[in-house]
Amino acid sequence: MASETTADAIVPAARDGRGIWGFTRPQLVALLVLAAMLVAGPYFLYPVFLMKLLCFALFACAFNLLIGYVGLLSFGHAAYFGMGGYIAGHVAKVWGFTPEVAVLAGAVVAGLQGWVFGWIAIRRAGIYFAMITLALAQMIYFFCVQAPFTGGEDGIQAIPRGSFLGSMGLSSDWSMYWFVAGIFMIGFLLIHRIIHSPYGQVLKAIRENEPRAISLGYRTEDYKLVAFILSATLAGVAGGTKALVFGIATLTDVHWAMSGEVVLMTLVGGLGTVFGPVVGAAVIVTMQNYLAEMGAWVTVIQGGIFVACVLAFRRGIVGEIANLLRVRL
Amino acid sequence: MDEIFGIPAPLLFGQLLLGLINGAFYAMLSLGLAVIFGLLNIINFTHGAQFMMGAFAAWMLLEWAGLGYWWALLLAPIIVGATGVITERLMIRRLYKLDHLYGLLLTFGIGLIIEGIFRNEFGSSGLPYRIPPQLQGSWDLGFMFLPIYRGWVVIFALFACLATWLVIEKTRLGAYLRAATENATLVQAFGVNVPRMITLTYGAGVGLAALAGVLAAPIYSVNPQMGSNLIIVVFAVVVIGGMGSILGSVLTGFGLGIVEGLTKVFWPEASATVIFVIMAIVLLARPAGLFGRG
Repeated sequence: MASETTADAIVPAARDGRGIWGFTRPQLVALLVLAAMLVAGPYFLYPVFLMKLLCFALFACAFNLLIGYVGLLSFGHAAYFGMGGYIAGHVAKVWGFTPEVAVLAGAVVAGLQGWVFGWIAIRRAGIYFAMITLALAQMIYFFCVQAPFTGGEDGIQAIPRGSFLGSMGLSSDWSMYWFVAGIFMIGFLLIHRIIHSPYGQVLKAIRENEPRAISLGYRTEDYKLVAFILSATLAGVAGGTKALVFGIATLTDVHWAMSGEVVLMTLVGGLGTVFGPVVGAAVIVTMQNYLAEMGAWVTVIQGGIFVACVLAFRRGIVGEIANLLRVRL
Repeated sequence: MDEIFGIPAPLLFGQLLLGLINGAFYAMLSLGLAVIFGLLNIINFTHGAQFMMGAFAAWMLLEWAGLGYWWALLLAPIIVGATGVITERLMIRRLYKLDHLYGLLLTFGIGLIIEGIFRNEFGSSGLPYRIPPQLQGSWDLGFMFLPIYRGWVVIFALFACLATWLVIEKTRLGAYLRAATENATLVQAFGVNVPRMITLTYGAGVGLAALAGVLAAPIYSVNPQMGSNLIIVVFAVVVIGGMGSILGSVLTGFGLGIVEGLTKVFWPEASATVIFVIMAIVLLARPAGLFGRG
């Protein structure tokens, strides 16, 4: 039946060799462009918009680690993103810790949650995996509605940005921007490093042919679980950072619609490409910004993009470009 | 009969009845999902939106065409099922050769479009739909008052599930369906028009969701979001039951509805999450689900 698997659709034939740090030459060029845009961005665009974009880009990259490189579609990543935000918000506001500690705390809790949920969910694969992760995330949503520390419908408001390492104040959007950009870059490079490590190669082997990976002696369940934990942790970092940027953590970020959004971003950008999730996040966040006053039509448009991507555009933007140039991006 | 386990009896039976009603919807929706999954190998994420369309179809038939509940019960599943047939023909059909995840993503996108359109047209607040005059009032059962409409929903849903089971297990059409679920290529080689059967199966599954929507219209207010939260619970129900058996889905649906109702009595805070917790426990003990194969 599956003559074209997820993997076939996303990974173009690569004829380029390895470059520096596991980046191929085209990827290095793309990385330089990305770095240049990160530095130049705030001179041209509103920093808060860029920070939002970077948080979602990191979120999408974390999600892509699972779908693109292990072939697992998690439909409940909002649970880690949102929980990261709540924890970071609580740690920064109520306990008064510095922002980097708050983000780290959000990441750790999201990671632990990913450990438990991943342990349950990897018992099934394919669409069951998607349904299970979605259901577990919905459980977290209801937990957040009721738990006292999340503030229910109000969320956690007026979260202070604090000062980085207790000395550099982040209250201005400019300084906060460099903090966010730093976190994004670290997360992005870390994911790239993971994918190109020997561990990442085993993940790809599992994606391509799990029975064969098992027969080669790999304990694939452990590999998948670690990937799940890493992905959840990074989603928590993204969520925690977003909470600090906007000073608010709400139910929107744990809702299933958010899980759908990150799937959409990654799909639009290109599943299993390194830069795809960043481009996809940029497209979707920009779209939401410009269409914000159109209300429910945004949902319709997002659904339309979903349908168009699945039916006609499965490689995504970066995947199509990579295929056109016959390189790996 | 005033108190059971220290709980006032009317409260206990009232929640049990609510649980049974929720269970009826879980059963009908998970049944539709299982039938569609069996043949199409996709999880129909649009199912919640189609349930909602069923309720709206009933409302529109009444408001715009003057056709009441009984007509809606007949026409709404046909209308919404027809939209399902069109969707399958135009879009879902193109994905059968691909990874099943794409089917999930496509139907999720279609669900978003439908929900968004209805939200634009009708807003987020609910529209009222009256209980038909024949089913108003309530019976005095001695230990509690049973609103007739609620009893009707439970009985009708049981009947609909039973009918589906009979069609699939006892008719020639059902035999083809089961055969095609096992091996579509072979059935096609015997001269059965499998693509058409797939289309009609999808339409029937969608129609079942719409039928549940009509039943739900007088109980819940008719609103665009009524399907999306329900469908996630139904996914959990499907994971718990496993999609291997028709009766399994029905039993799991009703059973979990009752468990949820009882939780509302004994530990109200946990009632929203209890099904998900059960899902986690079942996955740890029996990853294939209670009635699943393999």
